[in-house]
Amino acid sequence: MNRLQTIAEFNVWQSALAGRWDETAPCLRVCDGTGCRALGSQKVLASLREEIQKAKLETPIEVIGTGCPGFCECGPLLTVYPQRISYQKIKLSDVPEIVQQTLVKGAIIERLLYTDPQTGQHIHLEPDLPFYRKQKRLVLDFNGRIDGTRIEDYAALGGYRALAKVLGSMTPEQIIAEVKISGLRGRGGAGFPTGLKWEICSKNTKKVGDGYIVCNADEGDPGAFMDRSVMEGNPHSVIEGMIIGAYAMGIHQGFVYIRSEYPLAVENLRIALRQAEAAGLLGRDIMGSGFDFNLAIRLGAGAFVCGEETALMASIEGRIGEPHPRPPFPAESGLWGKPTNINNVETWANVPYIINQGGQEYAKIGTEKSKGTKIFSVVGKINNTGLVEVPMGITLREVIFDVGGGIPGRKQFKAVQLGGPSGGCIPAEHLDVPIDYESLTGLGAIMGSGGMVVTDEDTCMVDFARYFMTFTQQESCGKCVPCRLGTKAMLTTLERICAGGGQPGDVEYLLELGDDVKNSSLCGLGQTAPNPVLSTIRYFRHEYEAHIIDKKCQAKVCKGLIHYSIIPEKCTGCLVCLRNCTSNAISGAKREVHVINPQICTRCGVCMNVCKFDAVVVN
Amino acid sequence: MIHLTIDDKPIEVAENRTLLEACREHGIHIPTLCYHPALEPYGGCRLCVVELSQPGRRSRLVASCVYPCEEGVVVKTNSETVIRSRRMTAELILAGSYHTPEMLALGEELGVKEVRFKLPEDNACVLCGLCVRACKEIVGVSAISVIQRGIAKKVATPFQVTSSRCIGCGTCVLICPTGAFKFESVTGFQYVSPLESAYRLGYYRLGGELDLRPHFVQDVAELLISMKEEE
Repeated sequence: MNRLQTIAEFNVWQSALAGRWDETAPCLRVCDGTGCRALGSQKVLASLREEIQKAKLETPIEVIGTGCPGFCECGPLLTVYPQRISYQKIKLSDVPEIVQQTLVKGAIIERLLYTDPQTGQHIHLEPDLPFYRKQKRLVLDFNGRIDGTRIEDYAALGGYRALAKVLGSMTPEQIIAEVKISGLRGRGGAGFPTGLKWEICSKNTKKVGDGYIVCNADEGDPGAFMDRSVMEGNPHSVIEGMIIGAYAMGIHQGFVYIRSEYPLAVENLRIALRQAEAAGLLGRDIMGSGFDFNLAIRLGAGAFVCGEETALMASIEGRIGEPHPRPPFPAESGLWGKPTNINNVETWANVPYIINQGGQEYAKIGTEKSKGTKIFSVVGKINNTGLVEVPMGITLREVIFDVGGGIPGRKQFKAVQLGGPSGGCIPAEHLDVPIDYESLTGLGAIMGSGGMVVTDEDTCMVDFARYFMTFTQQESCGKCVPCRLGTKAMLTTLERICAGGGQPGDVEYLLELGDDVKNSSLCGLGQTAPNPVLSTIRYFRHEYEAHIIDKKCQAKVCKGLIHYSIIPEKCTGCLVCLRNCTSNAISGAKREVHVINPQICTRCGVCMNVCKFDAVVVN
Repeated sequence: MIHLTIDDKPIEVAENRTLLEACREHGIHIPTLCYHPALEPYGGCRLCVVELSQPGRRSRLVASCVYPCEEGVVVKTNSETVIRSRRMTAELILAGSYHTPEMLALGEELGVKEVRFKLPEDNACVLCGLCVRACKEIVGVSAISVIQRGIAKKVATPFQVTSSRCIGCGTCVLICPTGAFKFESVTGFQYVSPLESAYRLGYYRLGGELDLRPHFVQDVAELLISMKEEE
């Protein structure tokens, strides 16, 4: 397409696209995000197109690969428009039936519908799914509706209108004021007020005459994938947010720092950048406003610490991804010594909405100090694994039980880990706490980037803390002593406890170490790394003590504290466990009671899984 | 001039001073390991932490070698929190280098009674980064850097092979606080290498005796310090 020369030209182009956009037309929308792709959505997409051609329908039916709508548990997802019939867990073999039954005859295929576990009833339409009912989708709104790699789709739904609005009718000061009114706070974890950050950076940029903006897309928390899905499904919203921010701060160069573990997000972002440049929405003289802005992608090479802003900047500059102390803060001296404003993907993606609807309107959502919505990736022991966008102030109980559908297998909820390896766990007694930055911090957790790992009664909290400690210890850059050696000391102690070698005083030692690593480390990684340990000790100290003193792991997870045995009365001598044992630890002959040798047994649990007579028990 | 309070005493310092420099100017002792007056501060060893209170904020520990003096702040260099942090940091350093005399002395100075955790192998290198910075900032060749991360981190040349950039000047040997480098003369060449390494960083052709200084300047470190003071 030709570059749009003026805002008037943009308006003509955009309203033409909006006029043509029709969600009442027959269309199939298939999730083409990473999660559904892993489950085969690309083959489903290709096959759908093929079958539709074969079927020679009277009206053409479009098939769109969309961004992730969030219900990853039930992928690959297919929504049949205009009715919005929601089909789930589509297999390649279901495709001919979908075309013949639903598209040709207009019949609904019951077995592909979602079944409400509470009522046992099939739910036909996407808006009626309980998973979506309590959500409020501002950032994820277009995910599931548009093809993220088509700028026309984004523009048809009002994309880049916020940019046209600011370039045509707002001063940089007005934009910053609007963002301040909205109450938007950084979605990367720390929750610094975005408007204030922009104001500080803009002042420094004016002084120096130059600066940079950065989008932090180095999402690395285990179990967090909201930024990935936004970039895959709606990359233009991030780009638009960044151009608006750049204009507000008087900056002409931006970077998206994205981890190379996200190939699809990188690809879609590249496509989106090319489209925006071709359309004249990026680059020189955007829409004839005289404002120039270039945006480049920088790939991270797999270091978690590069999500920390100072390490991120070092990495962009081509130096070792190590943090450096603040002050100076990036807003004063960031990339190549110039004022730099760094925001997270989700923060940038919120900006177009704020400009379009106004800060006032945005501030109506949420609590007094935490405004707007937040995307959480709900994973772990939960029925509806996926991405949920909820208004701030909603309770954890609503997110986990109403949206997330509760815990599978009638198990008891134990705790939820918020904020990934930097956050803490929140036990059942605090489930009714409203989600906002302050409440979560008060409970020893953090909002973080929005990873929510749910655990149930079968999760050992010591082992859980050990898992996160393994992660942070491996990801510590090693520059400062408390983080490099303190996390190692904590991990070694936890491993010893899990292996049955816990000693009295270990908990106190962990608390002392944790306190030191938190207070003395150089950057955010070390300063938050002990949180999973400290919060599990705070709420589940009895589990630590059971491991150390009684040498018992109640959840039967820690291999050093459990042993498998066979109940002679139940064993039929069928040889199944013996044949399946990976370490030849089981002895016995046909129709004779089998015996597990604890010296050889590796506690893998295969024997228990294969025994049909429940004869294998773990203690 | 900047006005701040250190250990309950009002203090006046010139602008662009770090807290550590202000303390040293006023005769307040602060232990350091990765700090060297001739080099850019690093903030890695965390031994120089002090407790900083700013109006309206909770007090916190900051590395005094990198933290600039700010108007009106209150600094404590020997509070209970500071002492506890330094003691634990020293204990952790000893966890990785429990045979190094310099570090044992440091542990004693900071009140470490027992090293409760030890890495399987100890290493004289405590990753203070002085050698890397000296090689870059003083010698100007950047022959060595840190590689890998976390406890696997170490000082090395690219690809851990003898570097053509290393001029064998021995500045790293000179500046290392724990003697973690070997310095040897073999058939007319002067070699530098990390202890227990299978390769040499680099070398320089000797005229005569071992020359434990950058051969092109009498003593670059001292020169830089005097230059910094003149500023």
